[in-house]
Amino acid sequence: MKIGHTLSLFREYLANYFKTKMTYRADFWVEVVSDLMFSAMNLIFIFVVFQHTPSLGDWSQAEVVFVYGYFMIPYGVFGAFVNLWNFSERYIVKGEMDRILTRPAGSLTQVLLENVDPPSLIGSLVGLGIMGAAWTQLGLPFDWYDPLVLIVMVVGSVLIYMGIYVALAAISFYSDAPTGIVPLMFNIQNYGRYPVQIYNKGIRFLLTWVLPFAFVGVYPAEFFLGRASGDGLMPWLTPAMGVIFAGIGVLVWNHGIKRYRGAGS
Amino acid sequence: MSGAYLDFIRIRFLTMLAYRVNYYSGIAVYAINIGAYYFMWKAIYGDAERLAGFTVVQMTTYVAVSWMARAFYFNNLDREISNEIRDGSVAVQMTRPYSYLMVKMMQGLGEGLFRLLLFMAPGMIVVTLIFPIELPTDPVLWIIFFVMLWFSFLINTQINLMTGLFAFFVENNEGLMRMKRVAVDLLSGVVVPIAFFPGWASSVLQWLPFQAITYLPGSVFTERITGSAVWEALFVQAIWCAALVVPILLMWRAARKRLFVQGG
Repeated sequence: MKIGHTLSLFREYLANYFKTKMTYRADFWVEVVSDLMFSAMNLIFIFVVFQHTPSLGDWSQAEVVFVYGYFMIPYGVFGAFVNLWNFSERYIVKGEMDRILTRPAGSLTQVLLENVDPPSLIGSLVGLGIMGAAWTQLGLPFDWYDPLVLIVMVVGSVLIYMGIYVALAAISFYSDAPTGIVPLMFNIQNYGRYPVQIYNKGIRFLLTWVLPFAFVGVYPAEFFLGRASGDGLMPWLTPAMGVIFAGIGVLVWNHGIKRYRGAGS
Repeated sequence: MSGAYLDFIRIRFLTMLAYRVNYYSGIAVYAINIGAYYFMWKAIYGDAERLAGFTVVQMTTYVAVSWMARAFYFNNLDREISNEIRDGSVAVQMTRPYSYLMVKMMQGLGEGLFRLLLFMAPGMIVVTLIFPIELPTDPVLWIIFFVMLWFSFLINTQINLMTGLFAFFVENNEGLMRMKRVAVDLLSGVVVPIAFFPGWASSVLQWLPFQAITYLPGSVFTERITGSAVWEALFVQAIWCAALVVPILLMWRAARKRLFVQGG
């Protein structure tokens, strides 16, 4: 019942989204292009760097590109369904949260639905293509279960991302900083795209267990690359970490909602 | 009149001070970023002594200095301007007896000064303690660096003004702003110094204003550029700073004619 209800809400919001977007049609394409440029820039970084070195740690260029291709898939899905970039500005500072809270559906559900951004999924497709290209270049074997594993891993990665960012967005309920968490998000999201093994122990620990961005890129990709660390266990922790961190995110959100007292505007 | 502009700097500085909680997280993020790039470059160097003319120590210093410089010149004026254009409040500002663009610039400067004092200076001390960084001892170099940093601020702010003003022409410039942010980080040399790009790319980049934001001051400060090349770098910055005034004024003139307020 509840899920059915949420799905029908999702359909409505999606229809709404396309109506709005078709009004600003040119902008739609600018956004798609800018998303792709963003990914292209990171690939450029990888290519530029590998002009000067044959390997990063003991990772070859194709492997690093593979990891980045994988990363793009969950990142695109995340961008499509958890678009909280303007959360603080729009909901806290401008006071739209008050409107959300007067409605019966869950507050997080509403905020996520109001901000669906389907064009992000194009990035996922490009990521899939990049991963595929690196796959053939590396001559990796392709097993029947690989697509299934990929789905499980991507879901796990998306949940981790979601958990972290929902928790970060919920910080706005506690503090009243005007620019909110946007710069923080923008900077932190750079991790987990590159082999985590090149970092020192402290940062590796941070990226694995505290802000587990290593699970949105390098660890799950290791499965397909056939070089899984931690006795082959690490990739499989991705879905588990996803569930845990999504849970934490929702908890922080729900706790924050209770603390929230309105913008006073 | 200039007194009023000074007040804009002061007010923004105080506003930033009021919301300083935001910046504690900022210092942490910058430290993490510098750390991440430090390890990245260490892995890239491997056993190599020197890549693209940078020694490992120079590279580490370059990374730290360019991130700290970014703390000073970085601002969200593009977003502020486009928000004000979209919600229509720019119309009210246009009727006031000051230059809107000048006011924005002053607000950016207030923000920059705040970050310089409360963010860049303490951040630099922390970073110097953690990573193997060699800062120059020549006081003249420090003075030149601060002049160059000032130009970095001006050029970056000019690019931000242009990006923000695009909201007059495209209704929603969110994508463009995102694109600009990435472009500035990559092409200005924060993420990777221009010298690392393949020959054709770095010669293209030398004709763009972005390198003047980070790469030139960073190269001078790490003494990768010395002698008369230092003055050339400073000259390139000055030229860009002057050249960018033209498109901004043209955009501003066109914008005043085009202004239509969406709702509000």
